[in-house]
Amino acid sequence: MIALLIVAQVLRISVPYLFAAAGGLLSERAGIVALTLEGFMAAGAFGAAIGTHYSGSPALGLGAGVAAGALLASVHAMATIRFRADQVVCGIALNLLVAGGCAFTLRLAFDSSSNSPRIAALGEGLGSGLAATFANPLVWGAFAILPAMWWLLYRTRFGLRVRAVGEHPEAATSVGIGVPRVRYLAVILSGAIAALGGAYLAFDQHKFTDGMTAGRGFIAIAAVIFGRWEPVRALGACLLFAVAETVQIRLQGSTALPSQFVEMIPYALTIVALAGFGGKSAAPSALGRSEG
Amino acid sequence: MRKLDEALLPPALALAIALVVGDLLILSFGQSPGAVFAMLLEGTWGNAYGLGQTLYKATTLIATGLAVAIPLRAGLFNIGAESQLAAGGFAAALMGLAIPASLPWPVAAALCTVAAVVGGGLVGAIPGALKARFGASEVIVTIMLNFIVLALLNWIVASHLHVPESLHTPEIHSGGVPRFADFSAVFRGSAANVTLVGAIGVAIGAWWFLFRTRAGYELRAAGLQAEAARTGGVRLPRVWLVTMTLGGALAGLGGVNYVLGYKHYYEEGFGSGAGFLGIAVALVGRNHPVGVIFAALLFATLSQGGLAVNAVVPKQMMDVLQAVVILAVAVCVPEVRRVLQDAARRAVMRGTAAS
Repeated sequence: MIALLIVAQVLRISVPYLFAAAGGLLSERAGIVALTLEGFMAAGAFGAAIGTHYSGSPALGLGAGVAAGALLASVHAMATIRFRADQVVCGIALNLLVAGGCAFTLRLAFDSSSNSPRIAALGEGLGSGLAATFANPLVWGAFAILPAMWWLLYRTRFGLRVRAVGEHPEAATSVGIGVPRVRYLAVILSGAIAALGGAYLAFDQHKFTDGMTAGRGFIAIAAVIFGRWEPVRALGACLLFAVAETVQIRLQGSTALPSQFVEMIPYALTIVALAGFGGKSAAPSALGRSEG
Repeated sequence: MRKLDEALLPPALALAIALVVGDLLILSFGQSPGAVFAMLLEGTWGNAYGLGQTLYKATTLIATGLAVAIPLRAGLFNIGAESQLAAGGFAAALMGLAIPASLPWPVAAALCTVAAVVGGGLVGAIPGALKARFGASEVIVTIMLNFIVLALLNWIVASHLHVPESLHTPEIHSGGVPRFADFSAVFRGSAANVTLVGAIGVAIGAWWFLFRTRAGYELRAAGLQAEAARTGGVRLPRVWLVTMTLGGALAGLGGVNYVLGYKHYYEEGFGSGAGFLGIAVALVGRNHPVGVIFAALLFATLSQGGLAVNAVVPKQMMDVLQAVVILAVAVCVPEVRRVLQDAARRAVMRGTAAS
């Protein structure tokens, strides 16, 4: 039983990472740096909470969250693709915009700068505790999303085009692929998918809280890089990071291993991977280049 | 002339856009934009306390702005200023705790400043070395290092150094620098201190280094055309290592403002985003040391102004405005360059047609 509880905990922790990593992977494979994941997730969480609050329906709330992520992503796409703004700078600005904008809107709508009113959760009433985890459609969706991303990238025409514009935009253009169009689609889709991770957090805590994504978008980036931009490896990386976090939570209060050191694991592994230990890292070659 | 237009137009456009967005946000709260902006100016430049707080914030931002701007000149993006700032402040506090209280403050302050430079520089050297040795992206390494270094410092303070019931270290024995309030009573209560003079001096030094020394020339060459610079004999890996170390050291200097100038101890989270705001400062200051000083004053005004108007409009409005300014500058820079180039080309063509 305790083993099952721990497994469920790992699954719950990995859900936001899986969605965000899937979104990040798609955007980066198309050549657009995914530093906006944190903002996409926050937008998803905020949209889901506000949507559910005003409509009374978690399903509509989920839709609102996804729409918020996609909307933010289209701003990112417009700035970086149409206007060729620096992708890293835009990502940082949009994260700040979402953080400030959510807190501002909370004050405007609910006269609170920290959280939204309580909302109903998706799949509520399907069970409690352990059963709720396995009855939650978002949990199943999260574990399907990276395999689905593998299929999209390697088994569809769109995926082939995404990889082409991320690796060699000039060559893609020369065979008639509309590079901006593919990148727009990839980035907007990436925002929508990452927003699902944020929406899961909002439903899990039954509200939106200021700063609730708490750096998860950056852990997801770490998972993409540590997973060498491959969907299945990224899935493994998300699970690994979730296991580490579970261990940290379970060890809380014990002095054997300070929690700060467990916290560092995803970031340290990413640096190690970037330095090329354990195989050459394989970033898409046009990553970060706005021209082309 | 075109060069100056190209440098100044994007920030000017960005400010205009931010002003409009700010008006809309204020209106959405049912307040009068004119009154709120007047309140913001009164709370920042209108009285000595507000001015002191604004100058205090600007001091740290000059340091973190330079920490981003100088590496950007070499084509390197330092997103690690937040943790470099913390490491600098921590090192300064450690030095302040290690030295005897009998040491005269100028000597002690100098020692602490050196410690801050070394602390920040070490954190900056890591991404520089990884880039030089393995070609690892400094963007990702500095982001990841922010988390690692902050967690490490939190652990050291929480488990070994903190004053019970607090998140800060004991007070340093010596090395505190005079505040403006020590010279003039009107600044009483505000944190502005002589570190500001030092920060402006460092900015001037950075200008001299960038535009008047051989190393600065190589640094800029590496940023403008890396391949051409390499062909011309610039050792790029060395430039990367030195530049990132320098960036880290500059951010580390920002820690002096808090530790020596204000609280006299290191506290978890004292930077409160000043490292990230350094990115905005560098961007709006167009990576020029003088521009950085003005941009630091602007962003310090916004963040202090947020506190001044918080009673009528949420201070988070300033986060939104800061984001709008960054985004607008990022969008306007390539756009303005394109428009100006087109205009110049048309002018040349008209000239050829006329002759």
